[in-house]
Amino acid sequence: MGKTLAQAIIEAHSDDKADIGNICQVKVDFAFANDITAPPAIRSFRDMGAEKVFDSERCAILPDHFTPNKDIASAQQAMEGRKFAREQQMLYWEVGRVGVEHAFLPEKGYILPGDIVMGADSHTCTGGTLGAFSTGVGSTDLAAVWATGESWLMVPPTIKVIFHGERPEWITGKDMVLALLGKIGVQGARYKALEFHGEALGNLPLDDRFSISNMAVETGAKAGLFVPDAKILTYAEKRASRSFNPIYPDQDAQYEQIVEIDVESMEPLVAAPHLPSNVHRAKEFSQVEIDQVFIGSCTNGRLRDIEMAASILKGRKIHERVRCMIIPASYEVYSEAMKRGYLEIFASAGAAICTPTCGPCLGGHMGILAAGEKCVSTSNRNFIGRMGHTESEVYLSSPLVAAASAVTGRITDPREMEEQE
Amino acid sequence: MNRMIRGKAWTFGNDIDTDVIIPARYLVTNDEKELGKHCMEDIDPGFTKKIDNGDVIVGGENFGCGSSREHAPIAFKGAGISCVIASSFARIFFRNAINIGLPIFVCPEAAREIIQGDIISVDPSKGTITNETRDREYSTSPFPPFLQQLIATGGLTAYVREKIQHKGKD
Repeated sequence: MGKTLAQAIIEAHSDDKADIGNICQVKVDFAFANDITAPPAIRSFRDMGAEKVFDSERCAILPDHFTPNKDIASAQQAMEGRKFAREQQMLYWEVGRVGVEHAFLPEKGYILPGDIVMGADSHTCTGGTLGAFSTGVGSTDLAAVWATGESWLMVPPTIKVIFHGERPEWITGKDMVLALLGKIGVQGARYKALEFHGEALGNLPLDDRFSISNMAVETGAKAGLFVPDAKILTYAEKRASRSFNPIYPDQDAQYEQIVEIDVESMEPLVAAPHLPSNVHRAKEFSQVEIDQVFIGSCTNGRLRDIEMAASILKGRKIHERVRCMIIPASYEVYSEAMKRGYLEIFASAGAAICTPTCGPCLGGHMGILAAGEKCVSTSNRNFIGRMGHTESEVYLSSPLVAAASAVTGRITDPREMEEQE
Repeated sequence: MNRMIRGKAWTFGNDIDTDVIIPARYLVTNDEKELGKHCMEDIDPGFTKKIDNGDVIVGGENFGCGSSREHAPIAFKGAGISCVIASSFARIFFRNAINIGLPIFVCPEAAREIIQGDIISVDPSKGTITNETRDREYSTSPFPPFLQQLIATGGLTAYVREKIQHKGKD
């Protein structure tokens, strides 16, 4: 029987047979933590009696969540990670060079086609865009990988997601993954893998694909995998930090379920409070007045996201009631946005441009919401209290919807902007 | 992990996420007691003041979805929660709970029928949940053999410690 991409990658990393439901001991290619998840991982690493990480070039700490340090406690936490990274001579990048981990690591060629990657952060599934089995784990699991280079995985059944049709101009990868969430819900792929297919992916930019893999975890999935194509291989070859072997699913792979989504008929979407699966057309909420817009995060802080925001904000002003935070997800994105003049567009529009950080996405800093405030955010979660007060509300959207809403001061379908011109 | 468990049930619905179990604003420490003070406060203010040591959390489907923060099961332990019973668990929370030694039990029937305040006892070695208030008994879904072995060894930390010591002797 043919293997899915998830099975094929697991089998290539294990002596065990990758039959669905089997628990396989796997070799891990890359393992990382952030400033929040590193300290408990370090504690577990010591408790395990480990002395050296299995390979200092394959283990990393990225200070991206509460950094630049937002208070004394987070400064202490960041210091703990920094000291451990120095002691172990493992990969570490300081504020000013690091980015939001799931944007930064693919850029630097540390997550590659055919890899098994484990990160102590749930959005590690973002790496699935490159054809890697990349999955989030807790700190103790991560410590075990640092200590031994191995972990265990239960081989997941796979849902094949087919995106049909030609993608309309205003539809982004974010809308596509929101449509999937609306269809299968926040536990539709629990314990499973997603494998993305369909003609709508052909001309879908890589940055949009990252948004899709990124929110795989919001469906409960272990991994959200793209099959390597020319676009993915070119990107990986240009940036690879080491050699890699792309892996492909078999033609006769067995999928547990097939989910089909017609992209051609889609309209710009939002996920309304308080679940990422509470998905509706943006225009249904055009009466909802907002207080804040956040454009950034590991979901939508890449160059194309910033470019889309700039395309809307060029020559326009942020609504007087609205605070608009724009946070490029890495310094590569930040400098390129600067070179292309996007930052100037944002500054002229009256947006706040911040240094790369996860920041407001998880209610960390740089844009916390007060009671009753409403925010349109390009991030990935709108749970109760996620971005601040428990009585605040978060609507998740693409950068196009977010930027358009920043201008009008209410939730806005970006096509409305075109009509205004 | 095979100690008998007994406590009052606190019931929650489906899709209880790790942001409400322990909000990110408290993730500036990994101290069990400190995290325990803020457990569930965004969904049930004052929760930790109402509960007694040994009480039981009962959730619906997809319990612990969202972020990978191990601080979530740690917060339950710190608050004195003895175990979580749910219809199903999100995968990272599931792994984390086993790894840090918070007993969890998959039992859709019990999760559906237990009412807040019921007195629940669990015998982990037999895999039985008893609702003492309503005189009902349930069987939990058994874990795969590898996970049972992991739990019997004392969790992932102990398991890896043994592996490292063994390797040293080779």
